Amino acid sequence: MASSQTWLLRPLQERSTQLFLGVLFGALIVVTFLHLFMPQDSALHVSAYTVTLLGKYLCYALLAVAVDLVWGYLGILSLGHGAFFALGGYAMGMYLMRQIGDRGVYGDPVLPDFMVFLNWDTLPWYWQGFDMAWFAFIMVLLAPGLLALVFGFLAFRSRVTGVYLSIITQALTFALMLAFFRNEMGFGGNNGLTDFRDILGFNLRSDATRLGLFIATGIALALGYIICRAIVTSKLGRVSIACRDAEARTRFLGYRVERVQLFVFVVSAMLAGVAGALYVPQVGIINPSEFSPLFSIEIVVWVALGGRATLYGAVIGAILVNYAKTVFTGVMPDAWLFALGALFVLVTVFLPKGIAGLLQKRRKAKDDDDPATAQEATA
Amino acid sequence: MSIFRLLAGLALAWCLALGPAVATAQVQDNTAQTLLQQLAAANDAQKSVVLKQIAESGDERARSWLEAFAGGRLATVKSSGYVVLVTNNTGRNWQVASAVTGDSMGEMSRRELDSIRVNNALRSQVEGILSVVDLTVADHRTRRAAARHLLGRVDTVTAPLIEERLGVEENDRVRDLLANALAIHQLEQGDINAIEQLSGSLNARVRAALNNAASSDDPAVVAAAEQALASIEQKLKMNRAAETLYFGLSLGSVLVLAAIGLAITFGVMGVINMAHGELIMLGAYTTWGMQQLFPGQPGLALILSIPAGFMVAALAGIIIERSVIQHLKGRPLETLLATFGISLILQQLVRTVISPLNRTVVTPEWMSGSIMINEALSLTLNRLYVIGFALVVFAGLMLIMRRTRLGLEVRAVTQNRAMARSMGIKATKVDIMTFALGSGVAGLAGVALSQITNVGPNLGQNYIIDSFMVVVFGGVGNLWGTLVAGLTLGTINQILEPWAGAVLAKIMVLVLIILFIQKRPRGLFPQKGRAAEG
Repeated sequence: MASSQTWLLRPLQERSTQLFLGVLFGALIVVTFLHLFMPQDSALHVSAYTVTLLGKYLCYALLAVAVDLVWGYLGILSLGHGAFFALGGYAMGMYLMRQIGDRGVYGDPVLPDFMVFLNWDTLPWYWQGFDMAWFAFIMVLLAPGLLALVFGFLAFRSRVTGVYLSIITQALTFALMLAFFRNEMGFGGNNGLTDFRDILGFNLRSDATRLGLFIATGIALALGYIICRAIVTSKLGRVSIACRDAEARTRFLGYRVERVQLFVFVVSAMLAGVAGALYVPQVGIINPSEFSPLFSIEIVVWVALGGRATLYGAVIGAILVNYAKTVFTGVMPDAWLFALGALFVLVTVFLPKGIAGLLQKRRKAKDDDDPATAQEATA
Repeated sequence: MSIFRLLAGLALAWCLALGPAVATAQVQDNTAQTLLQQLAAANDAQKSVVLKQIAESGDERARSWLEAFAGGRLATVKSSGYVVLVTNNTGRNWQVASAVTGDSMGEMSRRELDSIRVNNALRSQVEGILSVVDLTVADHRTRRAAARHLLGRVDTVTAPLIEERLGVEENDRVRDLLANALAIHQLEQGDINAIEQLSGSLNARVRAALNNAASSDDPAVVAAAEQALASIEQKLKMNRAAETLYFGLSLGSVLVLAAIGLAITFGVMGVINMAHGELIMLGAYTTWGMQQLFPGQPGLALILSIPAGFMVAALAGIIIERSVIQHLKGRPLETLLATFGISLILQQLVRTVISPLNRTVVTPEWMSGSIMINEALSLTLNRLYVIGFALVVFAGLMLIMRRTRLGLEVRAVTQNRAMARSMGIKATKVDIMTFALGSGVAGLAGVALSQITNVGPNLGQNYIIDSFMVVVFGGVGNLWGTLVAGLTLGTINQILEPWAGAVLAKIMVLVLIILFIQKRPRGLFPQKGRAAEG
């Protein structure tokens, strides 16, 4: 019986994890160095804007890792992970909202601006406690976790799987989007939550805070990656892969498939929530569009491009697609949806294992003793 | 208003006594001119009297004079005092015609004319006169409108005349309205028997009269009025329920139309086509395109769009099937992603090529308007057509699937592909045909939807989730299930809407479906037997 600590530390002994963490922390250090110590006018200087943009990509990467955990290792194509991401984001947004205090436009010490605007006179019960950071950070995990728990419990118990599950997760996030668009929900309706001032006492608009958030996101991604690695290399992970490949057989072998599914699903939802929570202070807004089915399905294509069931592939996919999105929407905004649509089609038809699949193929060819196959692969 | 009542009564009496024949009578031209000049010269109180005289004169031109007067288009020429009808009063020069002879007198400067002033009281007086006069015209629609106008406006002078008219009137609806008008008057006089006549009516004025009676002093009248009101309320409730049901069926038939193509591609073939919504959109845009091709003939264009929409969407479906879906056979999740990509491309294509804005599709005349069932219930025609269209499409699909060679082959291929192929069925061809059929039906849905919603690039997106919900709720692979599920969901949505609001109702329906699928993962009508485990 291994203690929980070694359970978590075991992935650190793997070469792939070491490589991933090395690259990630290397990138963090380089960006930090270039931001802090390069003069403003140098070509190598990384601006605060870019730091925040990279931080945003890292949030997406963590989200993609969460999706890869359920899709790659459990075989559940969730089209609703945007909902967990957004719930984490809203939890963080509520905390940041309360931190504004009386510095809002209406200067109300307790009520956020939009509530004053709607003529509300008391804070709704579900906003209580969000002025305390620890409470909000717990809710970042708890809100998506609970939704995933209830939803997953119902779904897995009745053995809703495959395409059906995908469709109802999509319906879930769609319903939530409609709900959060309503002003009566008390989450700012259409406009969402924005106009944040500071987090844990640090001014959100200062460059130092932005850098801090970027580094925090990098660390969160590293932790998320390690947790996922730990899960997939554990015995539970192997059962989960068995569920992915042959659910009925695993059940007949005596494993409680629905429990495994539920555990992995909830962990994944919580990771998505953390990603959302880190995303919100960096972009400065959270609104219901994060719940849109399009966003959730986009996450899946990041993972598909990077390569399913590799975790690092999800990170690569998320960063690549979002970098492309930044470039495209800047240069020719109309072409972005064409490119994204084509990406969906091309990846699924021509690149079923994603970029990670290509990398593996190369490595395999190199490792191979037969020079003929090695040549073939590099050609 | 006593002058008005007296006047209306007299006018009515005169009409009833002499009948339409008198309408041809003419007073002497100079008498008419004198009357009109008196009207021009009179103050407001005197005008009432003059109006009465004009109505009494029985001149066939009286109607045009009264209408012109109420519309402020009666004027005197300053220099001569001659009264004229202003036929066009835009611009500096007005076109005028002699009020007496009706002959055009050309254009006159606005400065040369003096309009005869009219106020609201006089205008409503004229309206009253006209409606009483209208009770005798030949066209029963005019009579009905006139009778409706009289509801709650009958008094002691006009009552006996209406009674008389009741004996002559042949049209049932006009008679009913007249009887109600009379009964309201009798009720105002305290006649308790009148309530019986009123208790069946849904008219708002009748209800107002009964409400008045319910607050009167006579306890017997109060009791009877309250009873009548209760029975009316009951009737109204039934009508409201019928209306909700109608809206529900209408929304449901839209859902059925949107989902039925999906029931073929997803349900029967097992292909997840996320671009289904965009095929619907293509159908809707085809309708728009046809209307651009046939400007001024929206009806013809709409009818031609039915085959055209089918063809366009079916063709698009074949292209999608050949280029993408066939390579992803047996990988449903990948199919889902790839077709989603196609849907993004199609949407953006429409945005770039046509416009990101909504296009207007004209509703032909025979589809606009509504059928009035009674005072409280009217059914809009376009929705009625959509319901009918959905049922026809459904019946057609059922026929194809059950009674044709293609349907047989489709079922064979989906149940056991290898076996079907060994029996000589060309499975690939069947795949293409089935997918084209499902896509074509999506195009038909688009043609229908163009008549009731906005045609824009997001049209398909709005329906895709609903469509999948309908198919899954009804039971995949079951066309009847799709029909029942669509109509049920539409109706539930409409029932919830009044007290929950549109958005909340939609959320509740989604949550209901999500919960329902937990309970019955294979929908309302699950497939049984070998086809079930796929």
